[in-house]
Amino acid sequence: MKKVVLALAAVAGLAATGAQAQGYPTRPITMIVPFAAGGPTDVIARIVSDNMSRTLGQQIVIENVAGAGGTTGITRAAQSQADGYTIMMGHMGTHGAAPALYPNLKYDPTKDFAPIGLAAGTPIVIVAKKDFPATDLKGFLDYLSKNADKVNMAHAGVGSVSHSTGIFFNSVVKAKPTMVAYRGTGPALNDLMANTVDFMTDQIVNVAPQIQGGNIKAYAIATPQRSPVLPNVPTTKEAGLEGYEVSAWNAIFAPKGTPPDVVKKLSDALMKSLDDENTKKRLLELGGVIPSNTERTPEALQKLVESEVARWTPVLKAAGATAE
Amino acid sequence: MGDFFSNLSLGFGVALTLQNLGLAFLGCLVGTLIGVLPGVGPIATIAMLLPITFGLDPTGALIMLAGIYYGAQYGGSTTAILVNIPGEATSVVTALDGHQMARQGRAGVALGIAAIGSFFAGTVATLVIAALGAPLTKLALIFGPTEYFSLMVMGLVFAVVLARGSILKAIAMILVGVLLSTVGTDLETGEERMTFGLPFLADGIDFAVLAMGIFGIAEIMRNLDHTETRDVVRQAIGRLLPNRDDFKQSYKPVLRGTFIGAALGILPGNGAVLGPFASYTLEKKLAKDSSRFGRGAIEGVAGPESANNAGAQTSFIPLLTLGIPPNAVMALMVGAMTIHGIIPGPQVMTKNPTLFWGMIASMWVGNLMLLIINLPLVGMWVRLLKVPYRLLFPAILMFCCIGIYSINSLPTDVMFIGFFGFIGYMLIKFGFEPAPMLLGFVLGRLMEENLRRALIISRGSLETFIERPVSAGLLAVAAILLVIALLPSIRKGRDEVFTE
Repeated sequence: MKKVVLALAAVAGLAATGAQAQGYPTRPITMIVPFAAGGPTDVIARIVSDNMSRTLGQQIVIENVAGAGGTTGITRAAQSQADGYTIMMGHMGTHGAAPALYPNLKYDPTKDFAPIGLAAGTPIVIVAKKDFPATDLKGFLDYLSKNADKVNMAHAGVGSVSHSTGIFFNSVVKAKPTMVAYRGTGPALNDLMANTVDFMTDQIVNVAPQIQGGNIKAYAIATPQRSPVLPNVPTTKEAGLEGYEVSAWNAIFAPKGTPPDVVKKLSDALMKSLDDENTKKRLLELGGVIPSNTERTPEALQKLVESEVARWTPVLKAAGATAE
Repeated sequence: MGDFFSNLSLGFGVALTLQNLGLAFLGCLVGTLIGVLPGVGPIATIAMLLPITFGLDPTGALIMLAGIYYGAQYGGSTTAILVNIPGEATSVVTALDGHQMARQGRAGVALGIAAIGSFFAGTVATLVIAALGAPLTKLALIFGPTEYFSLMVMGLVFAVVLARGSILKAIAMILVGVLLSTVGTDLETGEERMTFGLPFLADGIDFAVLAMGIFGIAEIMRNLDHTETRDVVRQAIGRLLPNRDDFKQSYKPVLRGTFIGAALGILPGNGAVLGPFASYTLEKKLAKDSSRFGRGAIEGVAGPESANNAGAQTSFIPLLTLGIPPNAVMALMVGAMTIHGIIPGPQVMTKNPTLFWGMIASMWVGNLMLLIINLPLVGMWVRLLKVPYRLLFPAILMFCCIGIYSINSLPTDVMFIGFFGFIGYMLIKFGFEPAPMLLGFVLGRLMEENLRRALIISRGSLETFIERPVSAGLLAVAAILLVIALLPSIRKGRDEVFTE
């Protein structure tokens, strides 16, 4: 009997070491989030990685490395070992707008990464102070073109989502409001609610509670479909504005050179996480848009990054926006 | 009024469940511990512990995280008093007189009065939030860039009053602090300023790095060049808790500090940092003998500590009633709420009343627990000072290095505390005081950004600072304070002229 037990133990031991040799992951995975803890990207990273950890059987540890519009953290992640134990949550800024904003950027979003997949999109909403004279987007655009020198646009600092999408908005509607910079979305919203500044464009998760509370008003949401969080807010297209559809997407990347089977494992875990009811519910509560099955693949993400870099570079360069 | 009591009883019903009591205790304990460790702040801790709270219900999770926040505020004063290392801007003032008290063998009294003052302030602030939270929210909205700039100007005048010795030297130090705060990426244009192309300076100098170097490391160097004074601390430990005389001296500063701190804590954009400085200035001006300040005056600990804690508490108002975080820790709380499916905003109070009132009630519970945790610990901390300095200082240095590294995981930060430590040491040797510089550093960035914002909005018209009543009032107060601060030295200067 004793021998049998020993033999079994040995076999079990062998099986375990065998699994370890080829079975990624065998230790916790670090996910670098290039923004401060508590922000929209951080929250999405934590929600999505929670379920992924369970699928992979190893904890995904979030490390917040903030700075320089997210490029500090992504630079560090891009230069880390490509073994699948360091991954990152990139977003519209770090993998779309950054090459135009930071001329000395140490990575190329289209070449230096192994894309894993799109995690969630957070739509952009055009919001204004509640005392603003216009009642709808048409009236707002009209006012903007007539009183360009009077209108103040708030943004959360050069390189932030509200800054890039704001510049994009101005270029689409050909307006030149005065830009007022804040350190983060919170203070900017505070002054918007106090009627100190006139309008801004920002991610739905930041502005939705204030819209629902009647502290600010929303003119349009920059997505093809309305959001269930803000069912009364028309899309830009519905409100009569073509060409302004933009979302602060968040996506997981690994450093270039990460083995394909590891990328596949991570990508599968991400897909499973996005199909999980709890993950879905929490992302939807934030106003997030869950990517469809075809949008979630590494290949689709690579295409998205390429198209985003191509879209943001001319817009931001024309506005003379650089961060160095 | 009936509402007030029914709300509070709803809140206490939530806060006093066994689970939530336990979570509040755990939060306060963890908070105290990380507050005591130099450098490791509430931000890093809360970010680290966020995943653990996933399994809890949102109210319990937030109660624990809030406990960490004010526990850390309290623990931070312990380090400031014992080893002269202010972990956060708000405990810079505590270090001034608190550490002097410790050097005189009154560490226990300083720690005790800090704990008791904080508890009182926390109790009052909790009541203020419960009774006036919603109406006070409007105050936060009155403060735009213009008002904020004027408030910061007033704050800089506090820095002048803060100084012990030469006013000229104090002003010089404030300006150095303001200058240091301009290092980093310009907010409006995105240009890098005074970074010498060094990437780790692109986001400016971290407050904790500057404070730890200029206070903590410099203090160690100073202690090492004359060990005898340190032995005095070892021999005379003195009473562990404040006696009646101490209370008599402290109760008024505690009351005033609570009021000032609570009022400034409500302001958006981290007005709470001004609380302790304002309280210290007031106490120094009201004292019969202001020369005691900076040499171990108990009022200089009691007032600012109360202001600090009251501000920490009331800074929850903008978060809970508006969903607008006034500082980085509160921004993290927003994230924590969001992860738990509660998106902070004006509707939290009506949509999640148990969460809202439960959190408020738990603040008071948390303050009580901090008192219970900290009073017995006072003896232990004081005994820590008995450890021979040659053993103590390497430990402090090591904790400083670990703590500072944990903030941004940057080796350059660790080297920077050494650099600033050396500068701090030189400053002490040349008779320059570091506290006004730190205040200048904290206020400089806020002041610059709000000045530019106000001017952009007014299209360059400086009149905006006088046209707006709140701003004009603040500037007037600043001018009066400055005159009061400068008069004695002007008069002295004149006397000297006459005697010649």
